[in-house]
Amino acid sequence: MHNKSVAELSNALASGEVSSVELTQHFLDRIKQEDGKYNSFITVCEDAALDEARQADERRSQGNATPWTGIPFAQKDIFCTNGVRTTCGSRMLENFVPPYDATVTARFRDAGAVCLGKTNLDEFAMGSSNESSYFGATTNPWGENRVPGGSSGGSAAAVAARLTPAATATDTGGSIRQPASFCGITGLKPTYGRVSRYGMIAYASSLDQGGTLARSAEDNAMMLNVMAGFDPKDSTSIDREVPDYTATLNEPLKGLKIGLPKEYFTAQLDPAMAQTIRDAVAEYEKLGATVKEVSLPNAHLAIAAYYVIAPAEASANLSRFDGVRYGHRCEDPKDLMDLYTRTREEGFGAEVKRRIMIGTYALSAGYFDAYFLKAQKVRRLVQQDFVNALKEVDVLMSPTCPSPAFVQGEKTSDPVTMYLEDIFTIAINLAGLPAMSIPAGIVNGLPVGLQIIGDYFSEARLLNAAHQFQLATDWHQRTPA
Amino acid sequence: MQWDVVIGLEIHVQLATKTKIFSGSSTAFGAEPNTQASAVDLAMPGTLPVPNEEAFRYAVMFGLAIDAEIGRRSVFERKNYFYPDLPKGYQTTQLEQPIVGPGHVEIDLADGSTKTIRIHHAHLEEDAGKSLHEDFHGMSGIDLNRAGTPLIEVVTEPDMRSAEEAVAFAKKLHSIVTSLGICDGNMSQGSMRFDVNISLKPKGQEAFGTRTETKNLNSFRFMEQAIAHEVERQMDILEDGGVIDQETRLYNGDRDESRSMRSKEEANDYRYFPCPDLLPVEIDDAFIDHCRSRLPELPDARKTRFKDQYGLNDYDAGLLSGDAKLAAFFEDAVSHSKDAKLTANWVQGELSARLNAEDRLITDSPISGVQLGDLIVRIADDSISSAGAKKVFDALWSGEGDNVDAIIEAKGLKQVSDTGALEAMVDEVLAGMPEQIAQYKEADEKKRKKMMGGFMGPLMKASKGQGNPKLFTDILKKKLDD
Repeated sequence: MHNKSVAELSNALASGEVSSVELTQHFLDRIKQEDGKYNSFITVCEDAALDEARQADERRSQGNATPWTGIPFAQKDIFCTNGVRTTCGSRMLENFVPPYDATVTARFRDAGAVCLGKTNLDEFAMGSSNESSYFGATTNPWGENRVPGGSSGGSAAAVAARLTPAATATDTGGSIRQPASFCGITGLKPTYGRVSRYGMIAYASSLDQGGTLARSAEDNAMMLNVMAGFDPKDSTSIDREVPDYTATLNEPLKGLKIGLPKEYFTAQLDPAMAQTIRDAVAEYEKLGATVKEVSLPNAHLAIAAYYVIAPAEASANLSRFDGVRYGHRCEDPKDLMDLYTRTREEGFGAEVKRRIMIGTYALSAGYFDAYFLKAQKVRRLVQQDFVNALKEVDVLMSPTCPSPAFVQGEKTSDPVTMYLEDIFTIAINLAGLPAMSIPAGIVNGLPVGLQIIGDYFSEARLLNAAHQFQLATDWHQRTPA
Repeated sequence: MQWDVVIGLEIHVQLATKTKIFSGSSTAFGAEPNTQASAVDLAMPGTLPVPNEEAFRYAVMFGLAIDAEIGRRSVFERKNYFYPDLPKGYQTTQLEQPIVGPGHVEIDLADGSTKTIRIHHAHLEEDAGKSLHEDFHGMSGIDLNRAGTPLIEVVTEPDMRSAEEAVAFAKKLHSIVTSLGICDGNMSQGSMRFDVNISLKPKGQEAFGTRTETKNLNSFRFMEQAIAHEVERQMDILEDGGVIDQETRLYNGDRDESRSMRSKEEANDYRYFPCPDLLPVEIDDAFIDHCRSRLPELPDARKTRFKDQYGLNDYDAGLLSGDAKLAAFFEDAVSHSKDAKLTANWVQGELSARLNAEDRLITDSPISGVQLGDLIVRIADDSISSAGAKKVFDALWSGEGDNVDAIIEAKGLKQVSDTGALEAMVDEVLAGMPEQIAQYKEADEKKRKKMMGGFMGPLMKASKGQGNPKLFTDILKKKLDD
């Protein structure tokens, strides 16, 4: 049962082969049995999930089920869930129970999906290994000492371990695609503005985008059908028609123009990684695609620009965690300054503090022009590179990450090597483009992802390209040993 | 030494929108603490701001009213600082690209001259909540009802040279925003708050001295006092050879004293940057035209009209045109009374005195413009004396009656203006006062005038107060002088 895709489960529920309560109980049991090894969930919603499953079965019996009615899924613990603790992986919100749903949460609720629980993440989505979570690191099902990637590492690990058929995720600088690559699953970061950010706890507002993690492109398409769309509660969400993303999955790829950014295929790239990607691209050529080299001349500036802009926005976004209205508050503050400093010292972990410090510095009087303003200009250049490249080709392809999943603890002492993990993914967030990571091979016994980048609002085309690859290959069906 | 005073103002004007600038919560004043604070106002995690279009309209209307350039691209920025009544840890405001650019306001001075005060810009922003430091046993209470109320902050150039000019400007601004209907103008509820920047320089010197900022003055009177206080304080320091510290000060109006709040060195680095949750707002011609079509008559135009249409003098026209509600009341009254001068006198005299005495706004007046107009009709046609008119006014004010003629009737206030009847009364009274008549005849013109009262008293008594005093006087004079 747990090896079935969302599409298959949807059919099984529709045919009456299984009830939502049975399905939900099955996944809850698996979480109970297996998650001790992975620590992919922070909160499991056993009672609420079974309630939702009963309601879903009831709704189905009344004949108004959607494709998602009764399907269990997991939520990255960054999306607010009314009545269910939402921690964002931080001590600051260890006991925070929001009295409202994120728009993404509400949309899955309306569709009748069953929330199994809230998945682990790097604290406030700041990290590439899931090691900065206050609730302990998540382990990659592909190797007991391997990281699952981050920040959506809990969601990716839970999907890879078959503890949930699908999970929501967010991507500010690769946080969907890198975990998808590390855990051998399929992930999509939509165009900025495609999915509402309301109720999604902010890290860097101009870069954050909610998206999807599941095993197949088809399941990602089914998720995006629920999540995408304009939200009057989010001024940055875009009022644009949402297509049925499953409708175009089977379009032929003949004539698809693929661009390979030469800056992403340099001598520094691990030969085994490079070969895996070239093999995947060759598969696309068999499907009728053409390939050419393109250039992203400012690509090398992306990480530097990101690590000014994202922390700058974060430094303001995280100011609300002050111990005054909700969340952690230090014991017996002696005055206001003590309340602020001790609450934040105790409530935030080291990586969050580091980024608040970086961001505060970059915005300070005398440094603003040299850092924040310059980074915004670089961002524009990086974006323009992609716009230019996508005039020549339909999609860009690259490795998602420089390497397969690394060993836990390997990079925690050196933030800069950790930041370099996102070298292929971060520029896409700066540009606001949609991109996917799909399983494309195995290197050293670990899965490796192919990144597919498209033009604004080309999610349907990306999903189509991913789906066709998955019809021709079986990398996405490989399971951890 | 002689000193020039240099004053610039920053005025926070609360916009009278129904809901907050970035959330759907009500902006109504006076609710139980924190009952008008939504998840967005509380800055709960993941919540996002959505701009209120009406606040933009109000700001653009203000810009048009002061003949300002409208910022075509309006950008919100985050002003970062920690305070318990600032839920997000930053205020969403505008800095580089405000909605209203340079404009100007004309003020009238006591000597009859006018002066132009330049407006540097006006920007949209959200208000903070309130910190309550009493009644919480050493802790502070936070009320977030006000958090997110839309404000425009109007920043002037340092163009004012005295407290009188600053107050005239403040009153003019009050008059503009209330006439526009974009602010309720209720000072005691904090709908307008003034920050005053003051510096002194030796008379005639070009360069400005070091300034101080006195914050959060919420009445014209306190503003005037605070300026006087600060000018004196700076003068004392400068004349003793000292230097002024650039600092922010707080003024206590009840004690007429001020204290330093923070020095320049302690000033926050607010780390402004464009708010990534709010996209830049493009203001197009159609939007501006729509705002222009909503502009009501403004105080300057109204003053000119009052002079032309009603023949009022500059002083009366200025006083009656400043407050839109008072002007509307006056026009209601005059449309019935048809006597602008008398109506102006009553509105500025008896009515204003009563409103002030009871601390009421013109909108809370128990007497309507129409009623006052009816009353003035009866004064003008001599149906009642001025003493009688006051009695009618009292009856209307207290609610004892609501129809002027009915009150006159019920109270027997109608004047007798029948000259035949009055003449008979004069004859009768004079018949009993031969001595006084003899004295009168011997007196000179000046003395005679003084002696008239001695005859009027008994006459009014004889007429039970209903004789028309003017006619009595005329008849008396004729009889005595013959």
